[in-house]
Amino acid sequence: MIEGTGPAVAFWGLSALTLLAAGGVVASRNLFHAVLFLVLVFFGIAGFFLLLSADFLAMAQVIIYVGAIAVLMLFAIVLTPRASRDNGETRMAVPGLVVAIAVAGLLLLTIGDVEWRTVARVPELDVAGLGRELLGTWVLPFQLASVLLTAALVGAVMLVRSPREEREESEEER
Amino acid sequence: MSVSLEHFLAVSSLLFAIGLFVALSKRNAVAVLMGVELMLNASNLALVAFARLAETALPVAGHVFVVFVITVAAAEVAVALALAVSVYRARGTIDVDAVTLLRL
Repeated sequence: MIEGTGPAVAFWGLSALTLLAAGGVVASRNLFHAVLFLVLVFFGIAGFFLLLSADFLAMAQVIIYVGAIAVLMLFAIVLTPRASRDNGETRMAVPGLVVAIAVAGLLLLTIGDVEWRTVARVPELDVAGLGRELLGTWVLPFQLASVLLTAALVGAVMLVRSPREEREESEEER
Repeated sequence: MSVSLEHFLAVSSLLFAIGLFVALSKRNAVAVLMGVELMLNASNLALVAFARLAETALPVAGHVFVVFVITVAAAEVAVALALAVSVYRARGTIDVDAVTLLRL
C-alpha cells in the first residue's frame, strides 16, 4: 500500500498514459506510429518503476528499451522498404481478441480473489543491494547472460549478412 | 488516497492482454515483436510491484529478475529483427500470413 495523494495521482496518470499508448499500438494503422506509441508505453513503465522505488531499473528501462530496442525496431522497418507499412490484422484477429480478453479476465479475477500479503514499510531496494545480489547470489546467471548476449550479437550479424548480397556487392565493385 | 498492489497488478494484466492481442493478431512481423515486448514489460511491472509491495524474504530478487528479463528481451529483439530483415531479403515481405515456408 502506497499512501498519499501524490503517488495516487502519479499512478492513475501513468496508468492512463501506458494503457492508452498500448491501445495506440493496437489501433494505429501506420507501423511507424505504432513504434512511437510503444516508446510511450516504455516511458510509462519507467515511470511506474520510479513510483515503485526501482530507480536503477527505470534508468535501465529508458536506456535499453527506448534507446536500443525501439531504435532497432525503427531500423528493421526502414531496412524493409518494400514491405508493407500497414499495421493491419490477420484473419486471427477475432480469435486473438477472445484469447486476450479471456486471459485478462482470468488474471483480474485471480488478482481480486487472492489475499495478497503486503508490507507496510518500504523494503531495502537500493542499487548497491541489487549489485551485490547480482554479483553474489546470481553471479552464474549473470555470466550466462553475457554468453547469451554474445551469441545473440554474432547470430544477428550472421543472419543479416547474407552470402548472396555479399556476392552482388563484390560484383558491383568490379 | 492510496495505491495498493492490486492496482499495479491490474494495470500489468491489462497491458499483458493488449500485448497478447498484438502478438496474436498483427500481420507485420515487427508488430508481432512489439506485442511480445508489451507482454515482457507487463511482466516486469508485476515483478517490480511484488518486490516493492508484497511480503517477500528477499525483495531485491524481483529487481534482479527484471534485469535478466530486460537482458534477454534485448538479445531476443536483436535476433528477431535480424530474422525479419533476412526473411525480407529472401521473400520481399515480412507479412506473417505470406511467410509459410522455411525454404525459398
